[in-house]
Amino acid sequence: MAETAGAALEADNLHLWRGARHVLRGLSFRAVAAEALHLRGPNGCGKTSLLRTLAGFLWPEEGRLSWCGRAISADRDGFNAALAYLGHDNALKADLTARENITFATRLRHATSAADLSATLERLGVAAEADLPVRVLSAGQRRRVAMARIVLARASLWLLDEPFTNLDTDGIRDLSQIVAAHVAAGGIAILTAHADISLPGVPLRPLELT
Amino acid sequence: MSAPLGTGLMRAAWLVFERDVRLALRRWEQVSHPVVFFAMVATLFPLALSPEPALLRSIAPGVVWVAALLSSLLALDALFRADLEDGTLEQLLLSGQPLGWLLLSKTLAHWLLSGLPLVVTAPLIAVTFAVPAKAVGTLMTALFLGSGVLSFLGAVGAALTLGSRRSSVLLSLLVLPLAMPVLIFGARATDLAMHGQAANGPLLLLTALLILSLTLSPLAASAAVRISLE
Repeated sequence: MAETAGAALEADNLHLWRGARHVLRGLSFRAVAAEALHLRGPNGCGKTSLLRTLAGFLWPEEGRLSWCGRAISADRDGFNAALAYLGHDNALKADLTARENITFATRLRHATSAADLSATLERLGVAAEADLPVRVLSAGQRRRVAMARIVLARASLWLLDEPFTNLDTDGIRDLSQIVAAHVAAGGIAILTAHADISLPGVPLRPLELT
Repeated sequence: MSAPLGTGLMRAAWLVFERDVRLALRRWEQVSHPVVFFAMVATLFPLALSPEPALLRSIAPGVVWVAALLSSLLALDALFRADLEDGTLEQLLLSGQPLGWLLLSKTLAHWLLSGLPLVVTAPLIAVTFAVPAKAVGTLMTALFLGSGVLSFLGAVGAALTLGSRRSSVLLSLLVLPLAMPVLIFGARATDLAMHGQAANGPLLLLTALLILSLTLSPLAASAAVRISLE
């Protein structure tokens, strides 16, 4: 994990409009290294919009977002290098194999060894499916492969939109451990989840959206 | 401040290029259908007009270019849409690499996969239209250059129409007017070569258009993609 000490994501008075809806109304929070944030709230309260704003896809009408004390708009590339984002979509090509998918996504960011890739797929429990086209994988297996991409991204900030969707009990346990290990190593995780979840050994701070 | 150990620009471009070519080879119909369409449209003209060689020869440059233009439109809609729908476009934007550079690489792959098959098929069409053999080389050169311009112009159109569903008609309406210079110079070059004259003028103009669109299109396309992802 590259230089995560002192990492902090800070949102100050965020206002976001989606069409005529005022989704984020003056939201402020701060997430520091070794901290996990659980975004909570009813459907449509803006959890995904907030994550997409943090990832830089949406621009807030008002407010300031900073990473390690610098506005993220001032150093987009630096922020992107520190960020791994898992959206609703798994960002996997159905016609490529699981291994090809994550090899592409990882190598676009930094060099990586085949052994590293295999080890991560193994850790996510999809080693046996690594060379099958993603098209034939189940929804839960695809989610695991997508998560392998996040693990390999060497990012200090993880933004995870419903990472537990479609996962079975084992998958939820494995993934909780992986996120907990990331946070324990000094990373930051901001995630949404409908079910009550816990990360082993790491406090999960709730952030209520209304 | 891109990470010192990060992937270099050339490597990133190659990764995107290689992935798109690999995807196209697994989805072979995406490459073959526009070529078949190209041949079919060109075949309609002798059927509708008259199979007389003199007439065919005189309309050949126009027919080949109109067919190539329509066929290149057919392949355009999928250029960025597939990546938008499965979320990989978002990841390209977050990869820490310049988005315009990655889109340039995607467009080059698209040019290879949509333009090159046209260049290779064109001699067959030319023979059907009784085009003299001496003009075939010029026709292929002009198609090579022209299909590049169409790919880069089309990339801007495809990026702009990402936000709207059922956008293929809108895309055609946007791109066709901009593609007219390509049609004019391309058909002119072919026509000149058929009459045994030097076609350098229109070919150089096509090259200039190619350089212009290659330089500007990635910037415009990346701006349009960012807006579409909102």
